[in-house]
Amino acid sequence: MLNKLKKQLDFWNLTTITLIVFFAVFLIYPLGALLLGSFQGNDGSFTLEHFQTFFEKKYYYQSLMHSFAVTICVTILAIAIGVPLAYLMSTLKIRGKGIIEILIIISVLSPPFIGAYSWILLLGRSGVVSKFFMEHFDITVPSIYGFGGILLVFTLKLFPYIYLYVSGALKKMDSSLMEAAESLGVTGIKKMTTLVLPLVLPTVLAGAMLVFMNSLADFGTPMLIGEGYSTMPVLIYSEFISEVGGNAHFAAALSTIMILITTIIFIAQKYVVNKKSYEMSSLRPIQPVKATGIKNFFAHLFIYVIVGLAIIPQVTVIYTSFLKTRGAMFIEGFTLDSYKRVLERMGDSILNTYVYGIIALVIIIILGMLISYASVRRKNFFTSFIDTIAMFPYIVPGSVLGITLLLAFNKSPLLLSGTASILIISFIIRRLPYTMRSSAAIIYQLSPSMEEASISLGYSPMRTFINVTARLMMPGVLAGALLSWITVINELSSSIILFTGNTRTMSVAIYSEVIRASYGTAAALSTILTVTTVVSLLIFFRMTGSKEVSL
Amino acid sequence: MSTTIQFEQVRKDYGKNTVISNLNLVIKPGELFTLLGPSGCGKTTLLRMIAGFHSIDGGSISFDEQSINDIPAHKRNIGMVFQNYAIFPHMTVYNNVKYGLKNRKISKEEMINRLDDIIETVKITEYKDRLPNRLSGGQQQRVALARAIVIHPKVLLMDEPLSNLDAKLRIDMRRAISEIQKSIDITTVYVTHDQEEALAISDRIAVMKDGFIQQVGYPDTIYLRPFNTFVATFIGHSNLFQGAIEKENGVTYVRVTKDYRVAIDTLINEVQDKQNVMIAIRPEEFALSEKQEGIRATVKHRNFLGKYINYELILEDGQSIEFTQDTNLRNRFLEVGGVVYLEAITEKINVYTADGEKSLISGVTRYVE
Repeated sequence: MLNKLKKQLDFWNLTTITLIVFFAVFLIYPLGALLLGSFQGNDGSFTLEHFQTFFEKKYYYQSLMHSFAVTICVTILAIAIGVPLAYLMSTLKIRGKGIIEILIIISVLSPPFIGAYSWILLLGRSGVVSKFFMEHFDITVPSIYGFGGILLVFTLKLFPYIYLYVSGALKKMDSSLMEAAESLGVTGIKKMTTLVLPLVLPTVLAGAMLVFMNSLADFGTPMLIGEGYSTMPVLIYSEFISEVGGNAHFAAALSTIMILITTIIFIAQKYVVNKKSYEMSSLRPIQPVKATGIKNFFAHLFIYVIVGLAIIPQVTVIYTSFLKTRGAMFIEGFTLDSYKRVLERMGDSILNTYVYGIIALVIIIILGMLISYASVRRKNFFTSFIDTIAMFPYIVPGSVLGITLLLAFNKSPLLLSGTASILIISFIIRRLPYTMRSSAAIIYQLSPSMEEASISLGYSPMRTFINVTARLMMPGVLAGALLSWITVINELSSSIILFTGNTRTMSVAIYSEVIRASYGTAAALSTILTVTTVVSLLIFFRMTGSKEVSL
Repeated sequence: MSTTIQFEQVRKDYGKNTVISNLNLVIKPGELFTLLGPSGCGKTTLLRMIAGFHSIDGGSISFDEQSINDIPAHKRNIGMVFQNYAIFPHMTVYNNVKYGLKNRKISKEEMINRLDDIIETVKITEYKDRLPNRLSGGQQQRVALARAIVIHPKVLLMDEPLSNLDAKLRIDMRRAISEIQKSIDITTVYVTHDQEEALAISDRIAVMKDGFIQQVGYPDTIYLRPFNTFVATFIGHSNLFQGAIEKENGVTYVRVTKDYRVAIDTLINEVQDKQNVMIAIRPEEFALSEKQEGIRATVKHRNFLGKYINYELILEDGQSIEFTQDTNLRNRFLEVGGVVYLEAITEKINVYTADGEKSLISGVTRYVE
């Protein structure tokens, strides 16, 4: 009997149990509490009044309309830019292709609110470009604030998702498919619409889902550049934090609505992709050819303009970080003052970002590897359950996750609010899916006989995992960990709810500096963040020898 | 001293399906024993049960009378060679071979000696410092073999080890495996679906189908005296005829077709006059009759294969049979459309019960020790 129990409690079963406890405490319980809370009146009784209030008052349901308007427009625009860009870059020889690809990756990996803030610097009320046109031509540049601004920032920030996804799919398309079409007399636009588009459609949809989710859940951009054009995350945040006595139950109800929407979209997208996806493998990838004349000119123009616009925020931020400032104004001359002030006043936020980020990253890597392995190789009800539950935060907006954690852990025995732990836990929960997904993908490519060989040579399953499987998983794990790491250090929407004075991170500090119109320090901090991102990317390229990032 | 493997009443279930049941077998010390059968016959499942990657759901498997049922895979002390080699891509050839030894309590000196020995034996000295991705299939196969046997396992298991190699290399490796296996005298279980490979390499063969052992025997007994018509048709090709026994004046005949019967003295005594039987005759077990006697057939198709010529012939009742003729300048080629008469080489033909389940040749048994 005891022997049998011992047999049942092998390494992987113990791991499974530990993981279930972890997710039960830090994900299922908080989300469950949130869900219940949204149906609770202030006296604790069951009520639907929060939902009723939401759909009755225009001020509230308008935010939902706004969110939909923004996300739908952004998704369409991102596809309209991303797909042609990917097609041109894959089929034509483009000058500076390597640099363009790196720039696109950098622009997608930088925090979205930096985009908002630097477009304000350029086109805002006292923006450089606005002032220039005002002073020299007496032209008022259309307002950047509100819907238009949000759209601009999101589109430029998010089209790379579509680009990277579709480029990936085009790389897998064998050129013999194109040649077959051509030999049958199908060329040009017709080839594109009858062959290329249908084949990449599932990929476009997958990318579109990412764009949709990101723009729906993003808090920083509409908060900074929306100015009264309130979207759901902004509403949730302000209802929760509101100075006139926030209402946690109402915020919970809003969060429930958000989760419901994202879940429906996620399931719908999965359904469509599953029904319409093709297995492709390419022995002979499409070779870019040199275009000539007007076609070549416009292809280059299109690509350079788009990528130029996408990278402007980064350039602006880096440039202005070296400018002299007086109050909220930039003045003539270069200086390192902004950096000095950052180090004096906000050094802790830099340190916090790195320390919390690294702790979270280590745990993410360990959990990601264990969960993906268990769910692929030790498939049973429990491991599949963990897999599903761990992927769920992927579709939970950051501000919602922040609120759930705060509500769940603000009293003993699990009093975590205000501590560094709660930030780290939110980082882990929120960014684990990246590492999990790419780890799982690589396990599918590993032959199980590799592990069996190690076991037959006398290594226990646990030692086999450490000696063989874990090593072979590394490329996939690192690719996911890179994304987890970069999104962790750029995380704003949940941190803004969970931080306290001692635990603020760089993105939180940037956000509050922008709100205080202290643009110099904000720029310096953003530059530090961007440099961290780029350096991480370079280290990753060096470690894996690849030049690609898979999202 | 090498190991005896004993299977007693072994059963394997996949969910509600029993894929192997009541399997009994003894594999002798030092023997190269092959499990041969079409895909899905249970041969790989059985191998993986010995390795410990599949559970044993009934009965027992023992090494030298010690049951291994409850021993986890990593403590069974087996060496395994995989179909896709499973060389660790992140280790050099040398470290791949060393991997299993590192885990054992042996002196450093002995470890180095053993490594040098085995690397010499399987002839991989010149690329021992390379990473495996730069090795050919045959070289990887040698590394896999070295890695499996350097730990001095009780039993060596090989799962279709040659199926990813090209035809010529397969024959070279076949010989190498056979030589190495004999030189270190290790009980080996070898799985393949390739009958030629099985015949060439094995000491004994078990032919499996649907989870049951159809016949266990030496390569020549399996080929020359198949126990049932499945074995007769799976190993090489056999033409099957539905015929009958005829006993006249103390002589036993087998009637093959309406017009052709042969006197035969290899049958067991229990056969009855008029008993319906199944007759198996291989394409090379016919001879052309000079006297226009025997089975009359029309040539439908001729296939020149180099070493021999393969003909498809049609009998008068419409049955189609195969006949092969050695390529020999003195042999005349048969023309398509021509009529020929075939006689069977009587001592070679096999006779079965009418359902084809059991041989009626005297001395043929399902199990040969």
